[in-house]
Amino acid sequence: MFTLFGIGFTTPWLLLGLVALPILWLLLRAVPPAPVRRRFPGVALLLGLSDDDQQSDKTPWWLLLLRTLAVAAVILGFAGPVLNPEPERAGSGPLLVLLDGTWADAGDWPRRMDRAEAVLSEAARQGRTAAVVSLTDLPEGPVPFQAADAWAGRLPSIQPRPWVPQEDAVAEWGGALDGAFETFWLSDGVDRPWRDDLLADLEDHGGVTVFESPRSVTGLRPARFEDGAVQLSALRAAPGPEREIGVTGHGTDPNGIERALVTATLPFAQGATEAEASLSVPPELRNRITRFELDAVRSAAAVSLTDDALQRREVALVAGRDDREGLELLSPTHYLEEALEPTADLIDGAMDDVMQANPDAIILADVAQVSRAEELLEWVEGGGLLVRFAGPRLAASDVSRSEEDPLMPVRLRAGGRSVGGAMSWGEPKGLRDFQEDSPFAGLSVPEDVSVNAQVMAQPDPTLSDRVIASLEDGTPLVTRKRVGEGQIVLFHVSANAEWSTLPLSGLFVQMLERLAVSTRPARPDAADLEGTVWEPDTVLTAFGDLQDAGTLPGIDGAALAEARPGPETPPGLYRGEDRRVSLNVIGAETTLAPTAWPDRIPVEGLDIVRETALKGWLLTLALGLMALDVLAALALAGRLRGPRAGAGAAAALVLALAAVPQPGTAQEIERAETDDPPLALEATTEVVLAHVVTGNDRLDETAHAGLRGLSRTLFQRTSIEPAAPIAVDLETDELAFFPFLYWPVDADQPIPSDEAYAKLNTYLRTGGMILFDTRDADVAGYGASTDTGRKLQRLAGPLDIPPLEPVPEDHVLTRTFYLLQDFPGRYAGADVWVEAAPADAEQVEGMPFRDLNDNVTPVVIGGNDWAAAWAVDDSGSALFPVGRGYAGERQREIAMRFGVNLIMHVLTGNYKSDQVHVPALLDRLGQ
Amino acid sequence: MTTSATLRARAEDLASPLPPLLADAQHLAQSVLLGAHGRRRAGQGDEFWQYRPAMVGDEARNVDWRRSGRSDAHFVREKEWQAAQSVLIWVDNARSMSFTSGRNVPQKGDRARLLAMAAAILLIHGGERVGLSGFGLPPRAGPVQLLRLASALGEAEDVPDYGTPEARGMLPRSRALFVSDFLGDMEPVEAALTKAADRGVKGALVQVLDPEEEAFPFDGRTIFESMGGSMRHETLKAGDLRDRYLARLAERKDRLRTLCRVTGWQYECHHTGEPPTPALLWLYRALEHVQ
Repeated sequence: MFTLFGIGFTTPWLLLGLVALPILWLLLRAVPPAPVRRRFPGVALLLGLSDDDQQSDKTPWWLLLLRTLAVAAVILGFAGPVLNPEPERAGSGPLLVLLDGTWADAGDWPRRMDRAEAVLSEAARQGRTAAVVSLTDLPEGPVPFQAADAWAGRLPSIQPRPWVPQEDAVAEWGGALDGAFETFWLSDGVDRPWRDDLLADLEDHGGVTVFESPRSVTGLRPARFEDGAVQLSALRAAPGPEREIGVTGHGTDPNGIERALVTATLPFAQGATEAEASLSVPPELRNRITRFELDAVRSAAAVSLTDDALQRREVALVAGRDDREGLELLSPTHYLEEALEPTADLIDGAMDDVMQANPDAIILADVAQVSRAEELLEWVEGGGLLVRFAGPRLAASDVSRSEEDPLMPVRLRAGGRSVGGAMSWGEPKGLRDFQEDSPFAGLSVPEDVSVNAQVMAQPDPTLSDRVIASLEDGTPLVTRKRVGEGQIVLFHVSANAEWSTLPLSGLFVQMLERLAVSTRPARPDAADLEGTVWEPDTVLTAFGDLQDAGTLPGIDGAALAEARPGPETPPGLYRGEDRRVSLNVIGAETTLAPTAWPDRIPVEGLDIVRETALKGWLLTLALGLMALDVLAALALAGRLRGPRAGAGAAAALVLALAAVPQPGTAQEIERAETDDPPLALEATTEVVLAHVVTGNDRLDETAHAGLRGLSRTLFQRTSIEPAAPIAVDLETDELAFFPFLYWPVDADQPIPSDEAYAKLNTYLRTGGMILFDTRDADVAGYGASTDTGRKLQRLAGPLDIPPLEPVPEDHVLTRTFYLLQDFPGRYAGADVWVEAAPADAEQVEGMPFRDLNDNVTPVVIGGNDWAAAWAVDDSGSALFPVGRGYAGERQREIAMRFGVNLIMHVLTGNYKSDQVHVPALLDRLGQ
Repeated sequence: MTTSATLRARAEDLASPLPPLLADAQHLAQSVLLGAHGRRRAGQGDEFWQYRPAMVGDEARNVDWRRSGRSDAHFVREKEWQAAQSVLIWVDNARSMSFTSGRNVPQKGDRARLLAMAAAILLIHGGERVGLSGFGLPPRAGPVQLLRLASALGEAEDVPDYGTPEARGMLPRSRALFVSDFLGDMEPVEAALTKAADRGVKGALVQVLDPEEEAFPFDGRTIFESMGGSMRHETLKAGDLRDRYLARLAERKDRLRTLCRVTGWQYECHHTGEPPTPALLWLYRALEHVQ
């Protein structure tokens, strides 16, 4: 490629044309603008006047310059200029394109892919084999070197992962490499412990070139809740200039709609790699936050999912007695308060007040009779957690004695028991290890916990399922019952230390945590999660998008506590029984450091200049200059002002318009925006007949004219005074406004969409009527014998159409206004079908008609081409001939009467049909 | 080629200006309230003019005895002089008159004929005799003369670029109306007016100009041609000529005005962009005031 001043030309010989520019200059200069000839009687007065200066008989220099520039732009444009032509890269042998493929790549992934593609296409031009390997998705076996263009096609299938490569896997892969190849390494710019080793491995096989984005990698640490505020911190790999980065907390609002709930700004100081901010958020709002995201960073590291750690539950404590003031340690709720205070928001008060607050959990400490039990039960069914503690009061009451109380998990035996006390035999009992299926599974039971009094559960068939903790002798200590969405838990001991030492132990706090009464402030450790299974709920992609986890397998709690994001444990939100734990790309201790490549490795930035073809720009410039030239020439010749400026101005306007790209749909949108209210108004201020737009212009016009004729007839003869008919587009227009739709069936009309059918069915169900007209005179009875008949079957297939029958003699349609027995349109004689009468319709003695169905038939189907018979033009004269002579006019009249009857039927319903009862009513009135 | 079709087309072409011109002129004339049109001096006529004391020489039958009976003196009843006056009209039909600057502006010639015709209608309704100067249509009275006038005004064949006033055939002490743009040579105009003044003919001179001729809104390199193409003037910057052109036009108007004052005529400049009624009113007054 011929290169000049950094611009390459694909067809450089065209540049010779530039030599002709001076000649053009001279030529243009010699030709002044053409004069305008004007007839003007006043010329007699002009004779003898001479021009002041003679300069303008030559083209002005600026116009010349304009034209020369335009021509130069054309010549340059066609010479095919390319800005920043890529220098050819020499090389031979296989090429390995190595991608880190981590979340840090995600921010500029498309650009990396572009770069990789450029490298591959270059390799393809040079006939080199190549391979693309992502370190997060290492191939089995040797490096798959193939033709470079084959890899180019597979590039889109390579995606970054939201974790970093496993150190040992990378080391193993690096050690197993063989053969000689050149390496092109697209690094993500974050220092990793395995990088140096891998680089050494790669250099054993050939040269290594590294590409790195100059953009610093940024990440968001998990949010912590400290000192009554949410602490946020972001970190970046390379210390840079002072910068502020926004962070947004997302969550669902009370309506369940995902939206940004809080925003904050994290300021990076000059040269600092960490920025912190604290965000004071009301508990209601804080509990709704599901994740924090750095603004304008597209990477999994910019998203930090919050789990229960950030949430503080509202727990209501209700104590049975509060009479012994001063004896705090004996207060039934003292230990609960101590245990919950750090991790939950406590609500104290009477039952009434507590229910108003709608807490997450309610703890009843030794409460026997619950006021507002029904309301409480409803709350539990809606997902509430009710935890009850036993105590002397509960033991002495009759609650849940003979029958299970709805607010108790089990029945209780009278009195309870006491072991190991002064008046009893035996030792205080310890706790048995928790079973596998218990929510407490995995918690270690301290030796010193002992129980010396408890309430006893009645043995029931369901008891064993409900026990989640028991004493050494197998008697239940904690029982649980699920009610609706929520659960009721009963600790068979008191909440203070009177009956057991459980409230004094750390186990008590852990048990409350497991029950999700409280939440932990920090990330759980392995011991906390021992024995639990966690299912991924949502997982993060490398780009920071949330995805449903689908069928990913569950993870053992202990493993999860230790897990780093990896193929088995993708970052995301994990759900346990009642708790959630998040695994984020950036943990609390993660640090980011920029890569440090040895000096011998060439490192290029990602933002290398790209080839830009300038041809389009230059040709556009030339066109613009020529347009300017037209304007300038018009102005010079005096055609932009003065008489006949209209033409010149119009030309200028056309040029201006041509230069502005016109959005094609603007008009339609405008129409849609501006037309809707008028349609609704037009259709509802007066009765309006409507026809369905079929797409066949002629047919639509006929239908419109037909309805116009019918509307006129109605106006003249009846009290129905319809306005001008409206054409209805089933896809876009609202149908609810129209009592009646005329639907001429055209063999070529498109089948309406599902949404349109849904609208039509609603329309039919809510009292609308459609008159289907196949316009084929029903030549062979009903069936698929004609195109339109077949089309009708397809059109009507998805509609809710009741069973049909030909109009019976006594149908209300025969007498709503005129007495009719046949319903001709332009054609006469074919049957017209309406909704069938119910099977039990019988003629009452002495009545002329049967008591037919009460409803208006939702459809009327025929083939008589009524619209053509009704059609009139603006002056009111018929548009189509009907029949012959007087008989034909009579037929048109009957067709009109059918139309009148039909509209009457639509608008008055069964009113006429009910007239059959008039004699009986009169009879009853004694008249 | 004189097939019947072309003949008819030409005939219609020829006939077309007549009814509209007449109708337009009638319409325009309606707008001027027309009373009895006397000479405003005693003379032969039907209308009462004044009573004057009888003087020596008055015949006894001229004395108005009813009026004289109310006083001691004798009075003679005088009638207003209603002798018909001859009015000669010249309308420039040269090519320069066919100029118009736009679709909404009538041709100068049309406007000139309209004004002349309307004036003729008024005059004939007032009982005057109207004709065209020259020998083509001598002045006559009566509605039929209107048709003849309309027909004669429509005639135009082989006309020069600029018209010269026709001052021949003028009756002494009659009145005259010249309508033209007066953009051509001024010598014939001066000659005609002088000749008319010699014969005691007084009248009105209406200069009809197009708005563009007043404004000269041209620019750029332009070749100006007269309507017939006999004159042309090329300029490279028409805009520069504007001031000088306007000065010349003002000078021309001034010269016409001076000429009229000298010869006892009245001068008015009318623009085709304006409605014709004010011009007609002025014309009506002007012709009436000629004593």
